[in-house]
Amino acid sequence: MGGRRGFLVQAALLAATLALVALVAADVLQNMARAGLTPGFGFLGRPANFEIGESLIPYSASDSFARALLVGLLNTIMVAIAGCALATILGVTLGVARLSGNLLLKGLVQAYVEVVRNTPLLLQLFFWSATMHALPAPRRALMPVEGVFLTNRGVFFPWIAAEGGLAWTVLAGFTVAVATAGYAAFRRPRNARLLLSAAALLAAASLGAALFGDPGLSIDAPRLGTFNVSGGFGISPEFLALLAGLTVHSSAIISEVVRAGLQSVPEGQWEAAHSLGLSRGQALRLVVMPQALRVIVPLMISSYLDLTKNSSLAVAIGFPDLVSVISTSANQSGHAVETILIMVAAYLALNLSVSTVMNRYDAKLAARGFAAP
Amino acid sequence: MAYPKLLPARLVATFVLAVATFAPSPAFAGPTLDKIRERGAVKVGVGTQPGFFSPDSSGRWQGFFVDIGRALAIAVFNDPDKVEFVSASPQQRLPALQSGEFDILLSGVTETITRALQLGFHFGPVVFYDGQGLLVPKKLGVTSGKDLDGATVCIQTGTTGELNISDFFRANKIAFKPVAIEDTREFIKAFEAGRCDVMTQDASDLGLKRALLKTPEDYVLLPERISKEPLAPAIRWGDDRWLEIVNWTVYALIQSEELGITSQNVDEKLASPDPSIRRFLGVDPSLGAATQLDPKFAYAIVKALGNYGEIFERNVGPATKIGFERGLNRPWTAGGLLYAPPFR
Repeated sequence: MGGRRGFLVQAALLAATLALVALVAADVLQNMARAGLTPGFGFLGRPANFEIGESLIPYSASDSFARALLVGLLNTIMVAIAGCALATILGVTLGVARLSGNLLLKGLVQAYVEVVRNTPLLLQLFFWSATMHALPAPRRALMPVEGVFLTNRGVFFPWIAAEGGLAWTVLAGFTVAVATAGYAAFRRPRNARLLLSAAALLAAASLGAALFGDPGLSIDAPRLGTFNVSGGFGISPEFLALLAGLTVHSSAIISEVVRAGLQSVPEGQWEAAHSLGLSRGQALRLVVMPQALRVIVPLMISSYLDLTKNSSLAVAIGFPDLVSVISTSANQSGHAVETILIMVAAYLALNLSVSTVMNRYDAKLAARGFAAP
Repeated sequence: MAYPKLLPARLVATFVLAVATFAPSPAFAGPTLDKIRERGAVKVGVGTQPGFFSPDSSGRWQGFFVDIGRALAIAVFNDPDKVEFVSASPQQRLPALQSGEFDILLSGVTETITRALQLGFHFGPVVFYDGQGLLVPKKLGVTSGKDLDGATVCIQTGTTGELNISDFFRANKIAFKPVAIEDTREFIKAFEAGRCDVMTQDASDLGLKRALLKTPEDYVLLPERISKEPLAPAIRWGDDRWLEIVNWTVYALIQSEELGITSQNVDEKLASPDPSIRRFLGVDPSLGAATQLDPKFAYAIVKALGNYGEIFERNVGPATKIGFERGLNRPWTAGGLLYAPPFR
């Protein structure tokens, strides 16, 4: 039926769209030239000349704009991953609690959801930022545990300082041992016993190397410097404020998604599980949740995408995320159009990868045979 | 600002605007001036900062840079009110000028070589000589910027400040940790809460921000100026005559102070026998004929707004709550840097 005509219409539409894009591009280029601007990405290789407050990779002001943008992108990814993980844990807990028989718990969760969902995220970020700034100055730091500093410059705790190849080998050995043991304990594969023994052996070997060799491992405890706390592992108040804001905001939305998902499973499933002698917890974990996931996962994808995009509000409270670095770069380099294009491409790539990963998980659930109700 | 404005939306808006306003249009000999005449008003980009540019309770713009904008309106239309002020944040202002959102940017922009040659801006005469300063709490006991090794520094994004502070610490081989915040109130709050040891900004601006702190007396401005910040009017390339009108309007303000002409005595000065005063005020109309300007434009500016000194004293001088000293912003005859070429 009109397949050929449909194809022609689509081709014409595509051609018109491409022509429009080309027209706009040509016009922008022409007018940039008239304004004395030379478009191009050559500036990315030039020194950025500005410092960035926190970075996952080594960075200094003499590094290039490209590296500065990478620092911003990694910061955005870091806060997005941590935020999605924490918001999921908190959101699922709250969603399940919302359906509990305990009226007080139910009411509290409902109040939390309404307050969080009905106030602007930016306001919440300012609130968290002010809360972090209300912590005492480094000299009067709160020390809930010896060696842990809570200050308005950030939270600092002791960390393992590793020097030399042997130290890293020992650390890697321990990490692999713990991960293997965890896998064996929770997923219970058929060869669990074998895996556990291997993990124990690896841990013992690492421990032996740490004790009898001189691996250069030490505990790096934070201490007071002239202005700041130095040493140890520090997390900035801006990062904490942003993470808290994004987690709390998204957890309210995720909790509603989880509640809706659980309620979409027919009551009969609960009753059937009970009649088989399963406890409420077992029924939830083994019978209801797997079916609810078919409803929950697609909605969860949009929550994750929202969280990733919302992280761009960081610029308001001083966390150097991608948008913050982009805007400084645009200002210092004078290449506003190019930097905006980079920002659009980066967010698109980031969000497309989030949704690709999540869609594959969704497809995997479908393949397991949990049909959507 | 009732609500903090956020960057992403603004950047995108600027981008959209850049695309939209770059629709093909025929080129004129003086496109900016033609547009101004057609519109019947000069469009001036300003910031928001008491003393320099702020609307009063009735919504009328006031301030040091606002008065310079009004002087331009007098030079073009002989009317101080044929001017529209558009407020723009530090982040947004340069792209907005590029895209033609206003005819001139009078928001305290620092003149730099990249802004001139890379972004394609002409700068008029410097109207305010400033320098970046460092504000620290007194209790730190710091007396020089060189003592600040390891300090945390609050910087507002979108200014030359980010570059200067990095340069200063690198040149002195000491380290610092920047916290770059866009929102002005959040910036002040972070410093006040002790998030940073240092707040850095143009010294004039730091004076204002210090006044906004709860206990201004607990903070001290370090003596160093870590940069030169000549603040000048900026316009787009491509309209030479508009550039000259900007230049000579500013020179008229400077020259009138040098000649001792004020808004109070300008009418008496019309009777002065001094030929340079007679030319300047248009009693002798030969300059007007030569320049195709209203021969009495300098008279009208001084009559309505006063000379440079009066504008400075009225808006930001020691008698105001801003309380700036004239410093370098005095005529060269009084040891400052203000110097106007001859009116002849």
